[in-house]
Amino acid sequence: MTQWSGYFGLIFQGALVTIELTLMGSVLALIMAFLAGMGRLSRFFVLRALATAYIEFFRGTSIFVQLFFAYFVLPLLGLELTPLQAGVLALGLNVGAYAAEVVRGAVQSIGREQHEACIALNLGRWQGMRHVILPQAFLVMLPTFGNNAIELLKATSVVSLISLADLTFQAQVVRAQTGNTMVPFTTILIVYFILSLLISWGVRSLERRMARGLDGVRV
Amino acid sequence: MDWDWDFVRQILPTLIQGVKITILATLLGSALAAIVGLGIALARRSPNKAVSRTVGWVAEFIRGTPLLVQLYFIFYVLPDIGILLPPLVAGVIGLGLHYGTYTAEVYRAGIDNVPRGQWEAAKACNLSARQTWSYIIIPQAIPPMIPALANYFIAMFKETPLLSAITVLELMNQAKSVANTYYRYLEPITLVGAFFLAISLCSVVLLRWLERRYGKIER
Repeated sequence: MTQWSGYFGLIFQGALVTIELTLMGSVLALIMAFLAGMGRLSRFFVLRALATAYIEFFRGTSIFVQLFFAYFVLPLLGLELTPLQAGVLALGLNVGAYAAEVVRGAVQSIGREQHEACIALNLGRWQGMRHVILPQAFLVMLPTFGNNAIELLKATSVVSLISLADLTFQAQVVRAQTGNTMVPFTTILIVYFILSLLISWGVRSLERRMARGLDGVRV
Repeated sequence: MDWDWDFVRQILPTLIQGVKITILATLLGSALAAIVGLGIALARRSPNKAVSRTVGWVAEFIRGTPLLVQLYFIFYVLPDIGILLPPLVAGVIGLGLHYGTYTAEVYRAGIDNVPRGQWEAAKACNLSARQTWSYIIIPQAIPPMIPALANYFIAMFKETPLLSAITVLELMNQAKSVANTYYRYLEPITLVGAFFLAISLCSVVLLRWLERRYGKIER
């Protein structure tokens, strides 16, 4: 019988890399989502055009192609990236583009009367956004952000193809060394599933926390 | 490194070979996803709790795990239990199953959107369950779903580069092999990106048209 404990150690290391990638990618995606989402709502044509171009480009091409572009083509243009950096960059920018539309939709879903109330209270554009609109819009965004985070987790498996030692990569290593395919692949499928359950559970509890005190305000 | 048009002309025929396989995989995968999704949606409405729960969990599991790992599973693990599939078939099954779990939600929303009165009318006219579904519910539920379904088929199209990981010779794989042969990554990968972007931008126009033609439903 093969020494499974050692191989499970490998898979565990892979899980750590996957989690690291998911967290870093999510942070970048969140930043890009707010930048681009707000950009699309901007008064200035240039900002709107930039944000739209970013969103259409990253939603229009496959994450896989973007990753290969970041890893193989950017060095030719003088930007050398480690696999981890390329992975975080591609994942964050890709999922950020999807999440940007969520930000835009959520901000637009906040009723006119809230904007009018901001004006009536003499709040500036930024103040109104920061204290009135965004706290309400964020609650609308949360469930979809959870889905986006799960999409990001699933997309991290692609980085194994640019030789980053994540779960999928380690499973391939175990497969190559033991000749057994069933055990490593079933294991990582379950690990991915548990991680995605964790994300959806985390987002749900965050949503409950943030919704506290807002009952009756939301329609 | 500079862009070389001669090199582009030289590799274009190979890439077009890949495009054909990419489109074939998308079409077959879409057809399978449409059928699998309908099956899952119907099974989840089954009065038998065991059936609906089990199908629900399986669909949840498939949606929570990465497509790449599922492809590996189908391609590398199934041969162990005697099912040896050619790469393209394995790829189409993977795409169809994965996106079937997404289209199932579209079908569910579409079926739920058929007003109660229609069900009651069918019962009043003494139609059997089979007749109700095939003459009353499905014909009314399908048209509003079309834009949402098309959206997932476009998403699937963008995932097809993953099939290169299980040795399907689609566009991305052709581009990689060309890149490895001549050791030039800039042109092949950029062309793949441009191709996906072009198709995606066209499909946005198509989607808008579908939405105007058939209306839109909330997912």
